[in-house]
Amino acid sequence: MSTLAPTDEPRAVGDTRRAGRWVFITATVMLMAWVLVPIYLLFVNTLSSPSEVSGFPKTGLPSFDFASVEFFLSFSGVARALWNSVVVAVLTMVLSIGIGAPAGYALSRFDFPGKEVFRMVVVMTRAFPLPLLALPLAVMFIRVGLDDTALGLAFVHTVLALPFAVLITFSLFSGIPIELEEAAWTLGCNRLQAFIKVVMPLILPGLVASAVFAFTISWNEVFAAAVLTIENRTLTAFLVQSLNVSPLHLKFAGGTALVVPALIFIFAVRKYLFAMWGIANR
Amino acid sequence: MAEIIIKQVAKSFGTFQALHSIDMTIRDREFMVLLGASGCGKTTLLRIIAGLETPSQGEVWIGGRRVDHLPPRERGIAMVFQNYAVFPHLTVFENIAFGLRMKKLPQQEIDKRVNRTAELMHIEQLLKRYSGQLSGGQRQRVAVARALAMEPDVILMDEPLSNLDALLRLEMRAELKGVLAESKSTAIYVTHDQVEAMSLADRISVMNGGKIVQNASPVEIYRDPAARFVGSFIGNPPMNFIKANRQDIGRWRVAGLDLYGPSHGASSLEFAIRPEDLTIGEGGFIATARVVEPLGAHTLVTCEVDGKPFRAVLDSDLKVAPGDVLTLIPKPDRIRWFDPETLLAV
Repeated sequence: MSTLAPTDEPRAVGDTRRAGRWVFITATVMLMAWVLVPIYLLFVNTLSSPSEVSGFPKTGLPSFDFASVEFFLSFSGVARALWNSVVVAVLTMVLSIGIGAPAGYALSRFDFPGKEVFRMVVVMTRAFPLPLLALPLAVMFIRVGLDDTALGLAFVHTVLALPFAVLITFSLFSGIPIELEEAAWTLGCNRLQAFIKVVMPLILPGLVASAVFAFTISWNEVFAAAVLTIENRTLTAFLVQSLNVSPLHLKFAGGTALVVPALIFIFAVRKYLFAMWGIANR
Repeated sequence: MAEIIIKQVAKSFGTFQALHSIDMTIRDREFMVLLGASGCGKTTLLRIIAGLETPSQGEVWIGGRRVDHLPPRERGIAMVFQNYAVFPHLTVFENIAFGLRMKKLPQQEIDKRVNRTAELMHIEQLLKRYSGQLSGGQRQRVAVARALAMEPDVILMDEPLSNLDALLRLEMRAELKGVLAESKSTAIYVTHDQVEAMSLADRISVMNGGKIVQNASPVEIYRDPAARFVGSFIGNPPMNFIKANRQDIGRWRVAGLDLYGPSHGASSLEFAIRPEDLTIGEGGFIATARVVEPLGAHTLVTCEVDGKPFRAVLDSDLKVAPGDVLTLIPKPDRIRWFDPETLLAV
């Protein structure tokens, strides 16, 4: 048509596709840099000598000096805090799978009134900011004697990890055809035996992944840990408290100590986390 | 002895009535096929017998024992599922042995039974494999072997062949028939495939809309359908139906022909004839050929009689072209009549 602007030439499909590729690559690189650069800096500074950390100019490369790490590990209270973190995280893991997996099974296998509402409410537990809940929680914990205990903190962390545990196990159970269970029932199993002999072996890898994810949530959590514990601080809470007043190289070492396990765990279970969000690559 | 008696079994899902008061007796060692279109309730009935579904009312008896309150494992049944349900984390051997281990049989007996059923189903070379390494047909064999190894009183099959390709289905069908005839089990087999039903069954129960429409031997179902639905559902091509008007007592006018029929009081009935029960000759229906499909042994001719489609299976020697006018004579002893009100045979 003659009314069209004469400069508006049709472009080859290849051109637009190439442009799209550039946007895609740029976005990917930026996203990766956003995550990876801080982690890289953390590692470099942890593995550099204290003088290098505060000195200038930077080389950007680690000198593999373990002085900061050694100092950090021998720092009084670190070992204890590390132990507390592990205890709380393991408790969280056990509790959230113990409560979450049956809920996930029920969601996937049974029709009951309010099922959709239940699914919403499970996720809703994450809608309340922890600072809002911390004070009443602390008061309540002091009343029942759960304050400053690993179990008390694990309860709070379980609440945080539970939605994920429920949703991951829900998708795991949904991936197991009901006929497998039914076949087991006709072959002489009761419900529990069928679950143990047929469903468990099939979902075990996914269940481990979801447990590890719960572990990581607890491991990384700092606010509740800082508010609800005093003597029995977890590593995060301990570091927040003591590193504020520590030299820079120690902060880096502490940061690394926190990041590394979480990174390893998440990397190990990434496949199942994708599955949970519906981008299954199984 | 594993006679199955079903007494007034009904099932509703919410407001949907899946089964309307079913009564049925399946004799010991009989091969019963439940046949019907999808959604007719045949699978629901099978699952109620298996104990995977609870009836809303009614009783199920197996071998003289009331079982409708018992879990599947206490009913003496084994089931073959449509999607095979072979356990993916166990080898073929362990799949077949699964139920035997639950029964806590001695290892020697387990070995014996697994090997025997595996041999019977021709899968003895697959015993160490996992289900992921098997083809659909092989999985089906494992599923059947697993059920047979239980030596159940009753073996229940839910469309076991429907996921196989046509050739394999034919082969498995014949094999199933042989294997089950040898076993001492009473068999109930659900299918929507009428050929499968005809070829396997001692008796067929045709189901429609949650009711049993007819329960008889395959030949009887084919020759003497008890209801219009059975005539139109069984047979490929299905029965032809033409409206018949009463002329006199026992005389009916059907598309221009005067025929002797039942002395029925209604003013109109439906005349029915199977396509293969028609011959070419003088004084029959005037039919205009529309589509001619040579099938080798026979030629299927879709004609028009009285403005309605009408199919005839004719000898393939006969030369028919679209547009030809044929006169088709129904074999008198093969004519059936249906009441258009009740849709039942007269």
